[in-house]
Amino acid sequence: MATDLRARLGQAELPNPILTASGCAGSGRELAQFLDVSKIGAVVTKSVMLAPRAGRPTPRMAETPSGMLNSIGLQGPGIDAFLQRDLPWLLSRGARAVVSIAGGTVDEFGELAARLSDAAGVTAIEVNISCPNVEHRGQVFACDPGAAGAVIDAVRRRARYDIPVFAKLSPDVTDIVTIARACVAAGADGLSLINTLLGMAIDLDTLRPVLAGTTGGLSGPAIRPVAVRCIWQVREALPDVPVIGMGGVLTGKDALELILAGATLVSVGTTIFHDPSACLRIVRELEEELARRGIERVCDAVGLAHEPRATARRRLTGNVP
Amino acid sequence: MTHGDGDAEAGPVQVRGTVLTVRRVEAYHAMTVVAPGIAARFRPGQFVTLAVGGPATSMLGRRSFSIHDVRPDHGGTVEFVFAADGPGTRWLAERRSRDVVDITGPLGRPFPVPRDPVTCLLVGGGYGSAPLFSLAARLRERRCTVDFLLGASTGDRVFGALTARRTGRTATITTEDGSLGARGIVTDMLGQIIHEARTDAIYACGPMPMLRQVTLLARRYDIPVQVAVEELMACGIGVCMTCVLPVTGPDGITRMVRSCVDGPVFRGEQVRWDDVGTIPFDALGAPGWEPRSRRAAGLSGAAPRAEAGNGPDGQARARQQGSAHGD
Repeated sequence: MATDLRARLGQAELPNPILTASGCAGSGRELAQFLDVSKIGAVVTKSVMLAPRAGRPTPRMAETPSGMLNSIGLQGPGIDAFLQRDLPWLLSRGARAVVSIAGGTVDEFGELAARLSDAAGVTAIEVNISCPNVEHRGQVFACDPGAAGAVIDAVRRRARYDIPVFAKLSPDVTDIVTIARACVAAGADGLSLINTLLGMAIDLDTLRPVLAGTTGGLSGPAIRPVAVRCIWQVREALPDVPVIGMGGVLTGKDALELILAGATLVSVGTTIFHDPSACLRIVRELEEELARRGIERVCDAVGLAHEPRATARRRLTGNVP
Repeated sequence: MTHGDGDAEAGPVQVRGTVLTVRRVEAYHAMTVVAPGIAARFRPGQFVTLAVGGPATSMLGRRSFSIHDVRPDHGGTVEFVFAADGPGTRWLAERRSRDVVDITGPLGRPFPVPRDPVTCLLVGGGYGSAPLFSLAARLRERRCTVDFLLGASTGDRVFGALTARRTGRTATITTEDGSLGARGIVTDMLGQIIHEARTDAIYACGPMPMLRQVTLLARRYDIPVQVAVEELMACGIGVCMTCVLPVTGPDGITRMVRSCVDGPVFRGEQVRWDDVGTIPFDALGAPGWEPRSRRAAGLSGAAPRAEAGNGPDGQARARQQGSAHGD
């Protein structure tokens, strides 16, 4: 029997649990040259802000062992161009759109949520409160439960009731569960775990930082164990809250690991730079990995690693004593 | 992996290509890969990207190389040239015939070619000259006259000197150590060649400082110049936003554009060479930039310029700074 890969995101049913990660797939248009975007669970767009934004100077990227540092600075066209051009294009291709939003103030987040709610076809909003790249380093909302909660509250208030709001958290905090609780208390329907880790590299020839922005967000397989740990901890504390897991997913096996830790959906990020058709390859691989383990529905595997060995086996094999 | 989807017909493809040959060419390596889909779609100036390091690689960025040549044998092959000076390119240099590589292309905008049979000067620095030979062939099809000007630090780093001599009407070589051709850099000779060859159009590919100089000189002689830029890329397909540079559009607005999809070929005078590596204050979306309508409404008209680094509201501070510039 074919493995059932269907997954839920708020009201929407997705054909599979594999999404693109914000900032790694633009608004889907570039990827459409290499795969059918309607076959991906959903396209999570690059974080959109109210105004157009030029981002940070170059160099913006540094390759590190099994990872990369980026310091893009949220370059983007702004919400007007996004609603006029990018969102309609995604919908015309039959893709499901999860829109990532970023802002410098609580009000900006709220305004973005309101604008998106006026447009048809937004499957979910992912709130990027944790981007470590924004110009004002003191103001990373994701590092303070009060600020994180304030943003989520503003978004939840102004987003249409049937659009789920996911808070994307930073792993660069003392206790991620505290932030997760604050976001859920403020009305988040789910959590996205994890954003990049703040990192840095120095050029040994110039003896200066490699990135023009000095520090950058570390992504790729190097951070996968951190993602697994964060998803695990949040699942332990808040077992009923849906989690979009991301962080260094390169293969179907990696996606399964995040699912077992407690992710209901999995985003693929940096791997897309390495392999533009990665998302659908990972869907196929995940299906094989589930079948190999006798798991008939992907939703049965969510959080399975938390259950004692015997219970887990019984759940998978049905009524075997 | 290959995907033919309506409007993507002329677009790039991602294929697993079989390596035909890897050979040393002076100080460089040239790799030929069987990739019919890429060869069929290729136009001079476009590039390919490759994944390096094998399936369990620790190197996540794809490596990008401009296409040197395509040939019809084996259904279609693609050749590119690289310097094996990093772990990724060294891995590529170690590939052997029949190895399989993950290759994507053709990517980026090609060199536009003139409609009339004009005299073109093709300027290349280092192995930046690689894409110029297929361009020369295309130009000759259009009955253009082709002159070459190639340079590098040393003789073994001039790529394609022989081909240039064989196929160009003239071929001028410069090396910094004088080991091949004239001693100096290409831009030392540019003015003289433009005079002698009566150049109508310039095409250039090589390091950024060279392209900047070539553009400057071309403007002095009022000759159109097309440059293919070399910027650090991670994806090559327009999603990572790593390879941006400030380019002024026909509307007079400067944008941070991606050299992978909006380039790598640009009209030289549209690139703001002095601002490469920065965000110019008047670029669309730069700190301080604001829509014209808002500026006209005088929302922050007479704001004094604030010192960077104090003040809690960076957004507002940046805006003030920008309008002080703009007004």
